[in-house]
Amino acid sequence: MKDWKIIIIFLLMGLIGGCVPEPAALTVMTHDSFAASEAVIAEFESANNVKVNFLLSGDAGSLLNKAILSRNAPVADLLYGVDTTFLSRALEENIFETYVSPLLDQVPHEFKLDAGFNALPVDYGDVCINYDKEYFNEKSLRLPRTLDDLTEHEYQGLLVVENPATSSPGLAFLLATIAEFGSNGYLDYWQRLKGNGVVIVNDWETAYYVNFSGSSGQGPQPMVVSYGTSPAAEVIFAESELVDAPTASLVGDNMCFRQIEFVGILRGTKNRTLAEKFVDFMLSQQFQEDIPLNMFVFPVSQSADLPVEFEKFVQIPEMPAQLSMDEIAENRENWIASWREVMLQ
Amino acid sequence: MKDKRNWALLALPFIFLFVFYFLPIGNIAAISIRQFNSGDYSNEMNWRLTTSAFNFTVFQATLSTVFTILVGLPAAYLFGRYIFKGKDVLRIASTLPFILPTVVVAAGFNALIGPKGWINIILIRVLGLSAAPINILNTLPAILLAHVFYNTSIIIRVVGAALAQVDRRFEDAARTLGASSWGAFRKITLPILFPSIISAVLLVFLFDFTSFGVILMMGGPKFTTLEVEIYIQTMQFLNLPLSGILSFIQLTFTMLVTFFLMRIDKSGFSIPIMPRLQAEGMQRPRLIWEKVLCGLVTTVLLLLLVAPVAALVLRSILAADLNSTEFLGQGQVISLRNFQELFNNRRQSYFYVPPIQAIWNSLQYGFFSSLISLILGFLLAYGLRQDRKENRAVELLMMLPLGTSAVTLGLGFFTFFSQGVGSARWFPFLIPAAHSLISLPYVLRIIQPVLNSIPVNLRWAAGTLGASPRDIVRYIDLPIIWRSLMTAALYAFTISLGEFGATSFLSRPDLPTMPIAVYRYLNLPGASNYGQAMAMAVIILMVCVVSMFALDRLQFQAIKDSK
Repeated sequence: MKDWKIIIIFLLMGLIGGCVPEPAALTVMTHDSFAASEAVIAEFESANNVKVNFLLSGDAGSLLNKAILSRNAPVADLLYGVDTTFLSRALEENIFETYVSPLLDQVPHEFKLDAGFNALPVDYGDVCINYDKEYFNEKSLRLPRTLDDLTEHEYQGLLVVENPATSSPGLAFLLATIAEFGSNGYLDYWQRLKGNGVVIVNDWETAYYVNFSGSSGQGPQPMVVSYGTSPAAEVIFAESELVDAPTASLVGDNMCFRQIEFVGILRGTKNRTLAEKFVDFMLSQQFQEDIPLNMFVFPVSQSADLPVEFEKFVQIPEMPAQLSMDEIAENRENWIASWREVMLQ
Repeated sequence: MKDKRNWALLALPFIFLFVFYFLPIGNIAAISIRQFNSGDYSNEMNWRLTTSAFNFTVFQATLSTVFTILVGLPAAYLFGRYIFKGKDVLRIASTLPFILPTVVVAAGFNALIGPKGWINIILIRVLGLSAAPINILNTLPAILLAHVFYNTSIIIRVVGAALAQVDRRFEDAARTLGASSWGAFRKITLPILFPSIISAVLLVFLFDFTSFGVILMMGGPKFTTLEVEIYIQTMQFLNLPLSGILSFIQLTFTMLVTFFLMRIDKSGFSIPIMPRLQAEGMQRPRLIWEKVLCGLVTTVLLLLLVAPVAALVLRSILAADLNSTEFLGQGQVISLRNFQELFNNRRQSYFYVPPIQAIWNSLQYGFFSSLISLILGFLLAYGLRQDRKENRAVELLMMLPLGTSAVTLGLGFFTFFSQGVGSARWFPFLIPAAHSLISLPYVLRIIQPVLNSIPVNLRWAAGTLGASPRDIVRYIDLPIIWRSLMTAALYAFTISLGEFGATSFLSRPDLPTMPIAVYRYLNLPGASNYGQAMAMAVIILMVCVVSMFALDRLQFQAIKDSK
């Protein structure tokens, strides 16, 4: 049975692979969508003689919940990626230490939601409905300009949205409808959407790649709840070079929901100085300009320039939907639960 | 004396289960209970939510299991009794679904039967229809289809392997005594197979019962199982008390079903199985009904199990023609660009995953988890040989991880093993432990029926002739159970390769597994991201095919050695 030798060699290789030591480290907990350029991170590492470890911890909700559950023995020094919809939970649970970064003066006031400076804004983005340009052209269909328009007969069965209980863009879109119709009127609106054949799926991947007709999945619905920057991503990640984006966003008043993402130093860190440096680094021009093409959101710093694809293919809503942090915190569970009762029963 | 040895055999599995199951789960349970006081959980909405999730879970799991049996048993019969063209390929192909991450399976089904899938496109062209005739995505049939797709291989492997071991002479004797061929099968072979059928059915049912990804992605939001609700309550609402209640219901039901099926199993009688050589008792289909069965089963398996995978492979090598934006047929060319792009860190991203690295990580995790679960499963199967009350309790205990939601398990690991900054560095080493927990019940269920059926007089005879207990294990037991050991290893390996739920709690971005790499590509819009996700999925497939061929070779090697 000479095969055992192969198995033993395998075993040894595994053991050796597992025993390589690592240098002093700073750990950053973040969501699965986090991305950055290798060179930018490397520069921070060599400037501060530290190895940065990233702990990708699911979507924004999962990320925060993991941080809360491990608060007694935090697994990381910083947490990046808590957004507007979850910020109040993070502040209530008191998981961050205060840090007033000098670089905050580059950040417009509207982004500084936490007056106590536990959570510092890093970037923002809009959740908007993307539409398939070709479909609307071919059918010479006019574009919906308000949320109300979506309930009209001509758009029957043309919109796919995500379940707010399982998807963060889904939750953001639900919040947009609440901003528009109020917490008393939104369920009525959703009833009308339901009557107009809105399609609901559980996650963004399915909505975008299976149901949406503007992506390479070529599904049946020409409108999808996605991100305002998705059209730019379609151009950048196209299989062949594209002159124009195949999709665009609907940016009527209250049709998009604006989410700001925050970073905070986790309470109990033993690397406070380094952690502060990392926060400053995230607000530095270099990192801020690296953000758009990696995470497809906008930098909060005024000094950061935007890439040309963002200028060309991203539509910016004049009046994005907004809800106060406290209102969201108080009602989030209820809103979702009632939505599920109405839409899924 | 004998008792002590049994407990010594069971010590290691017990310690493993204690450290990697009871401590983490206990930890998360303690957190839930601490939060319990802070709210009212018996309100009407929660009650409605729980009962409807429970009812639907049982309903869909029962239906899925029935359909899986309907497809799987005839296939198992064919695989256990006949030699036919393409058997090896089909056997390996039928195991492939098991490793595929759900998101990839969903993509495969979408490419095949989706609104713009190939079947619909063909039907539209041939019948001149204006809309897609097949619209089952996001419906109950899609869930059932995916469950049959995933689990048919369990029936084929477990029941088929047992059937191949049954001594044909029993049936021949019955025929000589005047029984019809159906009568001989029903009265002789079926009862012998009964324990393995029960084993397979139990595994399939529990798999369907705790299904998560399939329900989320194929069924859509209208369908909520306990597992899905646990995920929503835990990861979105941080409502640990409610998710704790749901977990408790799920676990209790799992235990009840296991207990019930074990009772049926034990009330039957067990006929000793003698070691059989690979092709002994196998024949080519000769009679008309045999040929019809062979043709029918092959067709069904091809359509159900192979076609979605083929659709996926095709999708991964199709790229848009540079001069056209049309989809399918006209606008597309065959190209390996998606695969080439995988090896190219075009955007200089910090989180770029070199495919070779992901493959290597997955193989390592897979290797260690099959090693761990094989050792533990082997010890357990030996320790539990006598049919005693306390042994049944142990067996029941070992099924616990299978009924535990992957989210609960992952979160348990996360909270229990996170001991401050830096501890996360060691999380990847927990991955094989988590995978072994999940595959151990499978391994045990595959080895146990075979080990228990070894006639005791074989060992007595060997003992009388002076063989030590070690010799008996080595020269009698091992050759007989070798095939099922390898089948078990294969399952442990494939479960590890495809597992996503618990892994996502423990993985580190610089040590991703292959399914994690697929998800990373799917996270962003853009045709090339989608294409690369599909290419990565196809690489998972290829790695798995190669591993399975290697394991198959090990099976035959052993038979040659023992000759």
